[in-house]
Amino acid sequence: MKQYLPILMIFTIAVGFGAMNIVISHLMGRKKATRAKLSPYECGMDPVGSARQRFSVKFYLVAMLFILFDIEAIFLVPWAVVFRGLSESLSKMFVFFEMMIFIGVLLVGYIYAWKKGLFEWNRG
Amino acid sequence: MSIDVGFLLEALIKIVVVFHIVLIILAYTVYAERRVLAVIQNRLGPNRVGPQGLLQPFADLLKFIFKEELVPLAANKWLYLLAPLVALVPAFMTMIVYPFGGTVNLPWVGEIDLVVTHFNVGLLYVFAMTSLGVYGIVIAGWASNSKYSLLGGLRSSAQMVSYELALSLSVIGALLQAGSLDLVEIVRAQGGFFGLGWHIFWFQPLGFFIFLISAIAETNRIPFDLPEAETELVAGFHTEYSAMKFALFFLGEYANMLTASVLATVLFLGGWQGPFVDQFPLLGPVYFLGKVFFFIFLYIWLRGTLPRFRYDQLMNFGWKFLLPAALFNIVLSAIVALFAL
Repeated sequence: MKQYLPILMIFTIAVGFGAMNIVISHLMGRKKATRAKLSPYECGMDPVGSARQRFSVKFYLVAMLFILFDIEAIFLVPWAVVFRGLSESLSKMFVFFEMMIFIGVLLVGYIYAWKKGLFEWNRG
Repeated sequence: MSIDVGFLLEALIKIVVVFHIVLIILAYTVYAERRVLAVIQNRLGPNRVGPQGLLQPFADLLKFIFKEELVPLAANKWLYLLAPLVALVPAFMTMIVYPFGGTVNLPWVGEIDLVVTHFNVGLLYVFAMTSLGVYGIVIAGWASNSKYSLLGGLRSSAQMVSYELALSLSVIGALLQAGSLDLVEIVRAQGGFFGLGWHIFWFQPLGFFIFLISAIAETNRIPFDLPEAETELVAGFHTEYSAMKFALFFLGEYANMLTASVLATVLFLGGWQGPFVDQFPLLGPVYFLGKVFFFIFLYIWLRGTLPRFRYDQLMNFGWKFLLPAALFNIVLSAIVALFAL
């Protein structure tokens, strides 16, 4: 397990580095805030309305598609790592076709999503 | 469980050294970007601070420190302060698995591995960390409470998740060839043919190009820099950020660029492998850094050359071209691995 400990070390160092920089610039920077400076930037005009507005549902669709396909991609990783090392040719053939069927299923889902128009960004 | 003090001390020293190397590389990447872009655009670029402007990064640092720090009134204060850290820390955490070279025999030190640590899920660790970076951008976009920031954050998250798919699928081919997720083992697997058994030559050229394109999109660089798109969104998710907090976003973005270059080098260009590296192990870091710098130069070159995609083009390209191409590459690589070529 010890080879994982450096993750903890670099995490501490990176957080320390980032926090230190923010604190230093907080202490050293000049502070002369005015009301205009502290308002959201909208090209120098007074801001119109709030930024807490509704946005397109397409972003959610993309996120859902990503989760579906990414889980499928993760299943490919362990297969890819052990596949070359399989010695027996019969089991290798079996594992190969097993995975081709999996990719085929994935492809069916992909084509379905395409036909449903999920990748058409410009459609209403 | 006994704690191996020697290992921890060695790891700590290595982390400090690697941290400084990475910081210097990042600082001079910014400088190199400004100079190279200047050459491409037929102007001079920064050349006043020190010889050839070589001290420019330090001048920039001082300027960032002394700039005014603003927290917009409408912003969600704690999330606003947290976002730069969330963007920076995961980007920096990948550096412990960069394989700079093999085992070398240094004077006074003895035998030493030129990598901080390596473990059997190294590549998954790198992917986990780089995909955490999107949180920093989304939090920044939302917490600033500005329309430009919100749009930049949304665009960025949609773009990054779209291209992450093609990215993770494109490495499967290289994994089929190497048979390991440990970055050091992946490099070792490419040592044949006088150190030229690189995956880009041996059955993975398609995977390499898919990886390269999605990595550029993943790091939000031109031609995929829609989250920042100065001409439409001012600066995207960091419109409202100033002083050092802006600099941290900047550092995080360049650290991600470096990680993408390192991954491309390790997975497809053989990491530290090259001619005569077995006889002279010290050539390893030279080859490794040379290849990484080539990718960084490529990033800058593309920025100087290409225009920006439109958003629907970007989504089309990612979902309708790169994703099926990556799947096709997996099937091809599987057939190659089946006959054990």
